[in-house]
Amino acid sequence: MLLTGSEIFAEVLVEQGVTTMFGYPGGAVLNLYDALYHYQDKITHIMTAHEQGAAHAADGYARATGKTGVVLATSGPGATNLVTGIATAYMDSIPMVAFTGNVGTSLIGKDSFQEVYIAGITMPITKHNFVVRHVSELAATMREAFRIAQAGRKGPVLVDIPKDVTAAKWEFTPAQPVPETTVISFNEENVVQAAQWINEAQRPLVFLGGGVRSGKGCYALKAMIHKANIPATHTLMAAGVLGYEEPLNLGLLGMHGSYTTNKAMDEADVVLAVGTRFSDRVALNTDKFARKAKIIQIDIDPSEIGKNVDVDLSITGDAAIILEAMLPHIQAAKHEEWLRDIDQWKSIDYHPVNHNDRLMPHQIIGEICAQAGPDAVYVTDVGQHQMWAAQYLRHVKSRGFITSGGLGTMGFGYGAALGAQAALGRETPVIMLTGDGSFHMNLNEACTAVSYDLPVITVIFNNQVLGMVRQWQTLFYGKRYSSTDPHRKTDYVQLAKGFGLKGYHCENLAQFQEAFAQALAEKKPAWIECVIDKDEKVLPMIPAGGTVEDLMMS
Amino acid sequence: MANERKAIGLLLKNNPGALSRISGLFCRRNFNIDSITSSATTDPAVTRVTITIHDDETVLRQLMLQTARLEDVIEVFFLEPEHTLQRELLLVKLSATVNNRSELREIAAIYKAKIIDLTPESMVFELTGAPQKIDAFLAMLEGYTILEMCRTGITAMERGPVRVHNRKPAETLRPEPEILE
Repeated sequence: MLLTGSEIFAEVLVEQGVTTMFGYPGGAVLNLYDALYHYQDKITHIMTAHEQGAAHAADGYARATGKTGVVLATSGPGATNLVTGIATAYMDSIPMVAFTGNVGTSLIGKDSFQEVYIAGITMPITKHNFVVRHVSELAATMREAFRIAQAGRKGPVLVDIPKDVTAAKWEFTPAQPVPETTVISFNEENVVQAAQWINEAQRPLVFLGGGVRSGKGCYALKAMIHKANIPATHTLMAAGVLGYEEPLNLGLLGMHGSYTTNKAMDEADVVLAVGTRFSDRVALNTDKFARKAKIIQIDIDPSEIGKNVDVDLSITGDAAIILEAMLPHIQAAKHEEWLRDIDQWKSIDYHPVNHNDRLMPHQIIGEICAQAGPDAVYVTDVGQHQMWAAQYLRHVKSRGFITSGGLGTMGFGYGAALGAQAALGRETPVIMLTGDGSFHMNLNEACTAVSYDLPVITVIFNNQVLGMVRQWQTLFYGKRYSSTDPHRKTDYVQLAKGFGLKGYHCENLAQFQEAFAQALAEKKPAWIECVIDKDEKVLPMIPAGGTVEDLMMS
Repeated sequence: MANERKAIGLLLKNNPGALSRISGLFCRRNFNIDSITSSATTDPAVTRVTITIHDDETVLRQLMLQTARLEDVIEVFFLEPEHTLQRELLLVKLSATVNNRSELREIAAIYKAKIIDLTPESMVFELTGAPQKIDAFLAMLEGYTILEMCRTGITAMERGPVRVHNRKPAETLRPEPEILE
């Protein structure tokens, strides 16, 4: 079949199973959009307000489904607007393929209108990227991009396509979708050794990172912790892998983890770390992290082994495959004394206090969970509300908690929530939790929610300030609130109305209960503003570089 | 062995920007390299790169593992010092007059450096050798006026008929993902 580059582009997307994509048109991608016009029955294209929103949407789509997210933007500013979204996906190992148009090959390097060297710009934030220099390479390059994005440790790939390539014709041969691949091999001796250490341990602890979710390692993992009664803790990226109803799940570890989880890590004698890179938000003090424990690390990426924290034993490969192989070697155990110690710590742990006269973050989140139910998907922005969400959400689905972990991208939430909603359909409640700071960054995507009728419910934790930065200023900068109290006068109800969606304003729990119930029932995009105190803190907290001994509960 | 100069060899796909990915990675990951050289191989699709670094084993290991993550990298191998030939080329231009020309010739003769340019005011020497030899030659020139100097950086190869790095396949650094049935 002799097709234009643009037709080849659309054909390969269809062939690779792409049914929804996100993007924003422009001069360099006119041909591509012209082809997409003819493929509307096969590919739904969602046009966002800003390319950053489109990139986050492709990311949210991927996080919600495990499928590779796809985003398309024009050259120059269209391409640079994707950068934060691509970097966000890269830090959290999310499979994504970003396509950018570029000026024609004869204009490349001449500082042409809307020309930018996006391949150079995105080199450090992609698994790999390509510039398609001839139409004959287009189909193969696109397939290679999908292969790389979903192979082993997943991540974003960028394909830059000059305009003349989208117009030129070439013979197209259809192919099968490239399969998702993983690392199958692993060191069996080390698996046996690891199991032996776990069997001999008096105080074992499982420590989960985002790699468990992307590796689908949940089944063997749950079986293992139940068989040997091993408590587990997790990073932000693994929130939701073990449900909150799981009694062995101690919850979040690290800077805003509980006293119990951090104490357990400090006291454990064997730690099985799965799919985590020991980031500085978890291993705050790398020399003292799990200082009494032998650490076993499982990771698909060999460069993560011992990168941040020295480990005693490592197994490189797919967590699901390795845990399945390890399971038969794990002996049943009770670890009664260890679990009793943990219960002891739980009893003296931080517990937030309920109030009826003012809105408390944990009560808002409790109400959201009670009403939205276990099938809901929760998306956050970045800041205090994100930590409260990780601490108090009773989310139960493995892919039910979508958050920007590594890059900590304020403004991530709205785009990601729209992507998740587009992926999951209108029947799945998608709840976006945000703060007034993060929300102001990309609230323009409200128009996208309305245009495509994506019923994302946005709950805005409005404390009038940049709460997380302010918290640090309170604790470590002598209450000098430099540029964190902008005195914004935004009227969220009026602004929502301006965008064509419903806005609610709540000052107490009863008002919130009513507003949230109404928003859920209406199945329309909505904003719910919750007024909270500006001095509300995320607790407990371990300061950067500290240990559980430095944990603050007030 | 802790902080001695260590050499690493890379085989790269000869794609546009491949070298820029390597140097960008070193910059981003804060690896401080001494030298990087790049050249063609017998296969036009493959480029060979030699990197030297002064750092400890942990840094070296991370550098190799991070480099192996790049799609354009075919192979990464540590060049064991005892099995490796290291060579570098030096060009150095000295201010030289009739008064000191013969002293310089004498030093050059000891190091087997060639005189490749001569004017009434200057001389240019060419020297190829192990980096230590180049360093020693330059140390001898310290009392003279060096007008200009350039070194190519180190290029390295294992001794003997066997490609040593072939015994350490890249898979140990970057396991190849396969389809899970």
